[in-house]
Amino acid sequence: MAWLSWARIWALTIKEFRVLLQDKRARFVVIGPPIIQLFVFGYAATFDLKQAPVAIFNQDQGIISQEIIGHLAGSDTFEIVAQLHHQREVAPLIDNKKALIILNFPSDFSSRLQETGTTQLQVIVDGRNSNTALLAQNDIMQVIKTFNEQWAQAHQLNQAPVSLVQRNWFNENLKSNWFFVPGIVALIVLVVSLLVTALSVAREREEGTFDQLLVTPAVPLEILIGKSLPGLMIGLLESNIIILIAVFWFDVPFRGEYFLLQFALIFFLLSAIGVGLMISALSTTQQQALLGAFMFMVPAVILSGFATPIDNMPDVIQWLTYVDPLRYFLVVVRGVFLQDLSLETLWPQIWPMMLIALFTLSSAAWLFRHRNA
Amino acid sequence: MTVMTSSSPLIIKGVSKQFTLPGRVIDALSDVSFDIRPGQVTGLIGADAAGKTTLMRLIAGLLTLDKGSINVLGMEVAEAPLGIQSVIGYMPQQFGLYQDLTVLENLRLYADLQGLAQAQRPERFEKLLAMSGLAPFGNRLAGNLSGGMKQKLGLACTLLKSPDLLLLDEPTVGVDPVSRRELWQIVYQAVEEQGMSVLLSTAYLDEAERCHDIKLLHEGRLLAQGPPQHFTRPLNNRTFLVSSRAPGGKRQLKNQMAAQPWVQDALILGDDIRILTREALQTPNEFLHHNTVAGQSKLHDLKIEAVEARFEDAFVDLLNQQTESAPQSDPPTLDTPEIIASEFDDRPAIEVDQLVCRFGDFVAVDHLSFKVQRGEIFGLLGANGAGKTTTFRMLCGLLPATEGHLQVAGLNLRHARAQARAKLGYMSQKFSLYGVMSVAQNLAFYSKVYGLKGKKRQQRMEWAIETFELQHLLKQPSRDLPLGFKQRLAMACALMHEPDILFLDEPTSGVDPMGRRDFWNKINALAEAGVTIMVTTHFMEEAEYCDRMAIMANGRIMALGTPAEIKQEAGHSVMEEAFIRIIEADKAAETKP
Repeated sequence: MAWLSWARIWALTIKEFRVLLQDKRARFVVIGPPIIQLFVFGYAATFDLKQAPVAIFNQDQGIISQEIIGHLAGSDTFEIVAQLHHQREVAPLIDNKKALIILNFPSDFSSRLQETGTTQLQVIVDGRNSNTALLAQNDIMQVIKTFNEQWAQAHQLNQAPVSLVQRNWFNENLKSNWFFVPGIVALIVLVVSLLVTALSVAREREEGTFDQLLVTPAVPLEILIGKSLPGLMIGLLESNIIILIAVFWFDVPFRGEYFLLQFALIFFLLSAIGVGLMISALSTTQQQALLGAFMFMVPAVILSGFATPIDNMPDVIQWLTYVDPLRYFLVVVRGVFLQDLSLETLWPQIWPMMLIALFTLSSAAWLFRHRNA
Repeated sequence: MTVMTSSSPLIIKGVSKQFTLPGRVIDALSDVSFDIRPGQVTGLIGADAAGKTTLMRLIAGLLTLDKGSINVLGMEVAEAPLGIQSVIGYMPQQFGLYQDLTVLENLRLYADLQGLAQAQRPERFEKLLAMSGLAPFGNRLAGNLSGGMKQKLGLACTLLKSPDLLLLDEPTVGVDPVSRRELWQIVYQAVEEQGMSVLLSTAYLDEAERCHDIKLLHEGRLLAQGPPQHFTRPLNNRTFLVSSRAPGGKRQLKNQMAAQPWVQDALILGDDIRILTREALQTPNEFLHHNTVAGQSKLHDLKIEAVEARFEDAFVDLLNQQTESAPQSDPPTLDTPEIIASEFDDRPAIEVDQLVCRFGDFVAVDHLSFKVQRGEIFGLLGANGAGKTTTFRMLCGLLPATEGHLQVAGLNLRHARAQARAKLGYMSQKFSLYGVMSVAQNLAFYSKVYGLKGKKRQQRMEWAIETFELQHLLKQPSRDLPLGFKQRLAMACALMHEPDILFLDEPTSGVDPMGRRDFWNKINALAEAGVTIMVTTHFMEEAEYCDRMAIMANGRIMALGTPAEIKQEAGHSVMEEAFIRIIEADKAAETKP
């Protein structure tokens, strides 16, 4: 490597940082949106019900129904939107999506429980969105179960309801947040490193500075390193900030090896930077580069298993996912966050990213000089 | 034409406009007042940043006034910008042609946008296509037209509705002399046939002579106005051509003449020197022999003859009067760079033999052969799309040659090791600088990329800052610099590593005449020191500064030789005319099978 000039590479790196960070607007693009995205996605992308609208049709005169309603009202999952007094009010409420769930307490609800030890509660759920309906049913069941247990304990009833042994591994509280936020870390790191690099060569081509660079003694490998280092450093720094927010703001547990994550992150970043620089080297204008980056980004996210499991995709599509660096890194980031997986377990996810990085980066370096006009 | 033809179509009164940039305020226009005469071409002339474009945009109602008033065709711009936009034609510097639509589709689109009645269209289209010479290209994509043809199409789109007042913002910038002449013909035709009033801005001073009336802007102020003769008449007996019977040394002769206290301006014109004196001389020959500062040999060989004054002489004279009060310090001359005698001393600096470049079926460069000697200034001229830029990029190693032999400093830069590139300097017409980086940061970056280190680097940085007078601008982002300073900085960056060969791609486009003189003084000094210089330009006047030049058309060299030889070959004493004759002879030869 004697023919590489480190002084030159350093000069190129400093230049790249200056172009990215010296301008107020450019600086904001690099720093602002990722953090905003994390918060928006962190709250928006969830399977959990929040403030699901519930209506109560209480024909019961006893206090037991009031107690259950109290439980519901105190939970963050539900919001009581209406108290009904007539059977005919039920249907319009569901039809107009005013309420997701309607609880119907029969008139003998309390008295029957006190007399026989059992009673019935009718739950009406808006079934149009089956997914949400299932979640809503589940959540109501949870509330009733808790009540049952307390009631049985307090009244020393022998026929205590059989509690379902249902424990979810790694996500005991069934918080889908835990599943999503580490994924968002991967997603945002991809977006930032891709954009920073995809625009860099195209910007210089637009301004004519790239030709100027190519007539200097700088060799393509030096230019490549000079262009990759800033993306890598910004990517590492930003991902660590996001990890901190994930752990301390969203309370996602971090159970694995920090340095293992960083190790995998470097190769994920390099593969993303390679793709970015390749797109940039192929584009003549920043606009083309931006379009190219999006053309890569959207399929990369959909095929990564970020939202839908890869196993459910058709075979041909599954093969496509093997060239998607995000696919591998998602496994790593979720594994390290939630499971404490070891390097041996994660190695099959890391070496493909190394290969992708090697291929994309060398193609980019080749394209710097061999792209005509 | 329904509007009163007797009164002025455009009255400007006390117009001022400021722009606020972070940290400073720019006075783009200060207290400008004038009006133009109907049915005439009025030239708005001034260097880059003189305020031409700002004024055009104010008239078109695209910017709001700070002070003053503008009256267009009897309407106040401030009150009815929309009404005005519907009756004037405005062609901005970058006319919005749709690159992926054909010539005809572009015309149709603009006819729709301007609400031209369907019944009028066939006749109007035919007329405009004929006027612009675009009739054979109706179905060609606008993106595939040459620079000159794009401008003509833009002008045709602007003329669709025959506006009463036509505003043209630098329509001829970056356009070759042939297309330039055709554009002017279209403008004249519109004026003569429809009585249109035209306000046209330009940075080419020679175009002033084509206008009926001139408004000269300088640094946001109206410096002078009147018909062109009004400017040149006072310069009678002040412009001369000096030639030496002794061969060679035109650059030394130019420096000698420029050093004479009675000479205000000296320029190289082919083999001769063109001078502008401070006073009118009735008997120039006697004066020359009595008043030339002694100590210079060969002066008895000099011949002097009177020539006609040009608009540029008047401009230089006016500007010098402006600055006379503050005595100008002589700009520091360029230190003679040490050119290390290399093993290529006896060989030509650039050697091209049977060079070909093809893009698919299109032959951009067709068997080109020429040589450039060390220390020579070689000009590459041609119409838009003639293959100049392609040739240039191949020489710099930016583009591979399809066929042929090519050596620069004894090496093919495409395959040579990177270190070989350290021998050449390159300056593109865009003045490729990093806009957000400051002047000092740009200099530091290029010095490091060229591998300069330690004390040497420090020396070169200081040299660049001093020679190009950048001291007070070091902390400014380079994108906020006036164009002239951008050019200086770009040149400083290109010369940082003391290259043997300097490539200049349209280095002075948009730079004012003073900046251009300054630039060429530096280039001449470099050539004297043995640096080989290769330059492309659209300024025919700059072609005269070259030692030798080649005129290209359709990828081939049409003429090659010294400027004097080329003018002689074409049979005309003015370079622009000679250029047009050569290009047109080629076109004629092509149409005849």
